[in-house]
Amino acid sequence: MRVLIVEDDPVLADGLAVGLGLAGSTVDAVGNCADARAALEVAKFDAVVLDVMLPDGSGFDLLKDLRATGDRTPLLLLTALDDVKDRIEGLDRGADDYLGKPFDLDELAARVRAVARRGEGRATPCLNCGGIVLDPAHLTVAVNGEPVALSRREFAVLSALMERPGAIRSKAEIEDRLYGWQEEVESNAIEVHIHNLRAKMGREAIETVRGLGYRMKLGA
Amino acid sequence: MTSLRWRLFFILVSATGAIWLGATGWIYVRTKADIEHVLDARLQEAARMVNSLVTSSDVAQLNGAIPVPVGHPELMNYQRHLACQIWSLDGRLIAHSSGAPGANLADHASGFSERIVEGETWRVYAIQDADKGLRVLVGDRLGMRERLISDLIKGLIAPALLMIPLLGLLIWISIGRGLRPLSNMANELQSRRADDMRPVDASDAPLEVKPLADALNNLFANVETARRHEREITAFAAHELRTPLAGLKTQAQVAIAATDSAVKEGALRQILVAVDRTTRLVRQLLALAKLDAGLDLDHAEDIRVSPVLDEIIETLKATSGDRRVELDPALRSVSIRANRELLTLALRNLHENATLHTPSGGAVRWGVDCDGTILFVEDEGPGIPQDELPLVTRRFFRGRHKSASGSGLGLAIVDLAIRRSGSTLRLRNRGDSQGLRAEITIQTPDAFFMVCHSAFQ
Repeated sequence: MRVLIVEDDPVLADGLAVGLGLAGSTVDAVGNCADARAALEVAKFDAVVLDVMLPDGSGFDLLKDLRATGDRTPLLLLTALDDVKDRIEGLDRGADDYLGKPFDLDELAARVRAVARRGEGRATPCLNCGGIVLDPAHLTVAVNGEPVALSRREFAVLSALMERPGAIRSKAEIEDRLYGWQEEVESNAIEVHIHNLRAKMGREAIETVRGLGYRMKLGA
Repeated sequence: MTSLRWRLFFILVSATGAIWLGATGWIYVRTKADIEHVLDARLQEAARMVNSLVTSSDVAQLNGAIPVPVGHPELMNYQRHLACQIWSLDGRLIAHSSGAPGANLADHASGFSERIVEGETWRVYAIQDADKGLRVLVGDRLGMRERLISDLIKGLIAPALLMIPLLGLLIWISIGRGLRPLSNMANELQSRRADDMRPVDASDAPLEVKPLADALNNLFANVETARRHEREITAFAAHELRTPLAGLKTQAQVAIAATDSAVKEGALRQILVAVDRTTRLVRQLLALAKLDAGLDLDHAEDIRVSPVLDEIIETLKATSGDRRVELDPALRSVSIRANRELLTLALRNLHENATLHTPSGGAVRWGVDCDGTILFVEDEGPGIPQDELPLVTRRFFRGRHKSASGSGLGLAIVDLAIRRSGSTLRLRNRGDSQGLRAEITIQTPDAFFMVCHSAFQ
């Protein structure tokens, strides 16, 4: 899951990036509205965590503009302004959730997962596909009831594929989900991760569609 | 007595009563004198009349009581007011009026006299006529005179006794009406909520109440400003402390959750940074609150600047990293007349600001102008956009180029502290290179000697 954090306080932004990273997300952090707009233009995020008071404007305005341009990215407002009035204003401007500072990191991670899940059109917390069950909250995967140990990257690749079982994910799409801007992408990393996943869950779990990408095999 | 209404009422009623009483006394005295004068004249008149009526032959014939009609028949009370006796010179009672006593009314020859006859005091006028050989005595009872006067006075006092309560009532009501603007104001103030600081409406207040209303409105305005500042600080504190607290909590949770020791250490370092910044923020909030309260900051003294700066630089050494601090040697002879606490607060915040904005390896420079009237500090930071320069001394203002650790309070505190000291703060971007220059005009009563050999010039 790729998350964009828009927060101008460097300590908090760093904490969020590391914390959500530990919870299995790929995180990019920016410190103002302009950078947030640019980031949202060039990459697709599964969720945005947005502070309201930013040095170059209000998060509310950014949110309004975003929704006006038809951007449907699930968005969670994170702010010190947590009067009921502010919460209502934020939600009515198009936010999907609202959390007042200070907050619990685990709760924030859970809420981010929840808004992202809804953004994908799912209600069930676990991803289920042909006997493979992926639990994003606990970062666990089980094949036919047997737990399988995956690395963080392998987990991210698998969840990218399982979010839309049957749909083809290109290599670039998967890379996008896997790496933040700060990270160096190794050229054949995806192939390596797919290879490892097949080794752990069975060869037939993931199909290669030549020239297009990968997909989960349905009804396997 | 604390009630103005009662006080005015008693003053007015007793003054009116006293004047009335004085007037009555005066009327009593005057009337008594007048009545006595008139009645005496009547006695004289009557005596002469009787004397002229009686001839010497009558004296010889008459030897008994001749009733002499006296007084008006309608005045029953005053009937037989006058009594008349005619005596022969040899001591015989020749005639007397019907109300006259049998005894001799007087034994003097002529003129006025008073005498008690048959238990009553009489005032008698006597005429002795030697030619006719008779003496005419005409007298009236003094008791009768007293009654006449007292009836007169009673006639005056009776309406007064009726009118004084009426007057009191009128006075009471009038005072009430006169004091209505005050009581209206009191009612309005009494029914107010504690946080209602609207000015009192003094548009129709009388001249005497207006100063009170104006003073109250002034007080309200001052209290409102103080309260607004307090509210702002509280709201700002509530808001601004949440972000660093959220950062602290998040980093602490990361430190607990992380299994990688590098991640753990990174989180702990971030916690230290956040604690330092939060500490500074809290210190600044307290400083601002203290400045607003304005307590114990009036005492001014001549303060030598360089020891104060040395102490500040020493205290902040840990946070300035590898940034250099340059002090103009000319500063040693500079002293400022100010409150020590205010000056320290201002200089510390200026130094902190300059250090925060100066990049690593850069220099913060303290100096003084040639003529020794301006103390300045220069940093090598990004400066402040020209359009934001007038705004940065506003409390809670955060510009586009704010540093990550800026609270938006530092320059507001400096400005307030320096203005309190009677000096002024001027901010401008450096002309010679990038950075901000903050200048304090020096207020000093004594012209001090400055050698213009600044190391930087």
